[in-house]
Amino acid sequence: MTEDQKVVDPEKERRKIKCVKKMKDIMTTYYIEAKTTEQSGKKIAWITSGGPVEPLIAMDVIPVYPENHGAMIGASKMGVDLCEKAEEMGYASDLCSYARADIACATVNGGPIGGLPRPDMLVCCNNICGTVLKWYEVQARYFDVPLFILDTPISHTDFNDEARRYVRRQFDEYIDFLEEHCGRKLDHDRLAEIGRLSIAGQKLWQAVLDTTRHKPAPMSAFDAFFHLALIVTLRGTQTVVDYYTELLAEMENRIAQGISAVPDEKIRLLWDNLPVWFRTKWLSEKFASHGACLVADTYTSAWCSSLKYLDENDFLGSMAEGYSRIYLNIGVDAMAAEVLRMIDHYDADGLVMHSNRSCKPYSLGQYDIQKIVQAEKRIPALMIEADMTDARNFAESQIETRIDAYMEVLKAKL
Amino acid sequence: MLTVGIDVGSISAKAAVIQDGELLGGKVILTGYNARNAGKNVYDKLLADHNIDPAMVDRVVATGYGRKSVEFADKAITEITCHAAGAHFQDPSVRSVIDIGGQDSKAISLDSAGRVNDFAMNDKCAAGTGRFLEVMARALEVDLDVFGEMSLKADAPAAISSLCTVFAESEVISLLARGEKRENIIAGIHESIGSRVLAMAKRVGVAEPVMMTGGVAKNIGVVKALESRAGVVIEVSPNAQINGAIGAALLAANGP
Repeated sequence: MTEDQKVVDPEKERRKIKCVKKMKDIMTTYYIEAKTTEQSGKKIAWITSGGPVEPLIAMDVIPVYPENHGAMIGASKMGVDLCEKAEEMGYASDLCSYARADIACATVNGGPIGGLPRPDMLVCCNNICGTVLKWYEVQARYFDVPLFILDTPISHTDFNDEARRYVRRQFDEYIDFLEEHCGRKLDHDRLAEIGRLSIAGQKLWQAVLDTTRHKPAPMSAFDAFFHLALIVTLRGTQTVVDYYTELLAEMENRIAQGISAVPDEKIRLLWDNLPVWFRTKWLSEKFASHGACLVADTYTSAWCSSLKYLDENDFLGSMAEGYSRIYLNIGVDAMAAEVLRMIDHYDADGLVMHSNRSCKPYSLGQYDIQKIVQAEKRIPALMIEADMTDARNFAESQIETRIDAYMEVLKAKL
Repeated sequence: MLTVGIDVGSISAKAAVIQDGELLGGKVILTGYNARNAGKNVYDKLLADHNIDPAMVDRVVATGYGRKSVEFADKAITEITCHAAGAHFQDPSVRSVIDIGGQDSKAISLDSAGRVNDFAMNDKCAAGTGRFLEVMARALEVDLDVFGEMSLKADAPAAISSLCTVFAESEVISLLARGEKRENIIAGIHESIGSRVLAMAKRVGVAEPVMMTGGVAKNIGVVKALESRAGVVIEVSPNAQINGAIGAALLAANGP
């Protein structure tokens, strides 16, 4: 069948987000640049997804994210092969599937882009989990490169001065580390400017996510999972600001034209935890078949959740708190409060929780959050047991029954 | 109005026929490898048993794991909603349902109208399901139908600590090798199922009256184990195994 013979459903075409192509181009350019540094002479740092990337950008170091790569591996359904490879190497199947996929991928240069470019240094921040410490140590040994660890204590309720000083001092050490390995001094004015761009990007990302407050929502969490890549990987650059400005305009335009993510939206849901990368299409269609739209999620909003702690006039000074108080580094009560706030903010009818075999800090406490939501909002939560990358932990018929049953419960309450 | 509910489960296929709010009867057959045929077969047999001409059937609702394979059904509804409706029909005062079927167990909390408030299902694991009991019956060379009665003769239930069906089977084999009485082993198996299912049921809350449904409800040993752990009396209807099909037939009468 040739291109022009393809049957095009005009309604489906209308629903497609036009910025997607641009986003793919930006990510392709980014990975090409990262994989061709022998020409540019730029250094590469691998960094954790919640790590402070702005100092790297200020030092012209290209940040590369094994977790973003893990998501790509999952979405390309290459997770199982790589996880099995890691298990052959001796890693337990209980270990995070991003860690397993990354550790295995480094040895075979597999995955959808033939592996990540070799790092010159590693930057590990434990604000997202504890697994990253050992994972990055493994990679530091494997590549024989320096590793910087930024330790952000969990802020169960508040962030005290001791914690602030402790983390703030590590930022100075982080800058020393970069200066040593890049062989030059950090331009503090440049960092301040990158900080402003980072905050501007996060605000725009939040504005994009907030367009789903409109009924019907112009985009869903499944769209957010895709468009998230930029705020994670290129935070602090003009590219992100420009892209999200355009995406925001497209969302506002969709609202004006009445274009919704899900045709005939009846049920609005909040998603908790990482996506099931290898099943986003199936899940998206499953929910849409019930007229249900995942209007928001705790995951993609985590990249703008600490905006209130960041100060664009003192970015370096505010990074300690901004990077410590992110969604996965707070107590369960604080997480539940955030879930309740989001249910109100997006006027969600229900809560879908992905109990993620890989991500322990995200999944621990979900039953408590479920109970709190049930007690406060009188809405049941759906629990789906799966994994973000390892498809061996996904049982389709079980999950389908749970989703169908949950939809029947919610529809009976509407 | 005459409606039929078909519940195609992983081990058995059940059907029930309801006329104007009255249960005319039910049928249970083994599902086998072909869920599509099982749905049709149990439907045909049920109608033949009651001399019902298929043309008289107003609506059919399918439920269970094979619900989407019953092509002639007017609608598919999940077993969660169907078990709630079936339990409410058998006893309108019921507020909690514990359903243990072939490959899954569920806990459902109901409102006074028989609607689902909340539910929980077992995770991807056969422990605490009918299949677990089948594996154990095979290992013990005891007919599953006498499992319940035998366990009541236990003097000291054996401890089965593994949560995994496969590992629990090896545990049972080593208990046998050590000369443990089969009655005690079976009672231990029931305790193990009771503890696992109750932990799940507590997530949605166990409010009385409690009804147990599904094929495993026929096993008095599991019912007793659940009762003593939960500290409640559990109702078991003689129609426990076809409860999901009854619910499906009732919901079929409610129209689209």
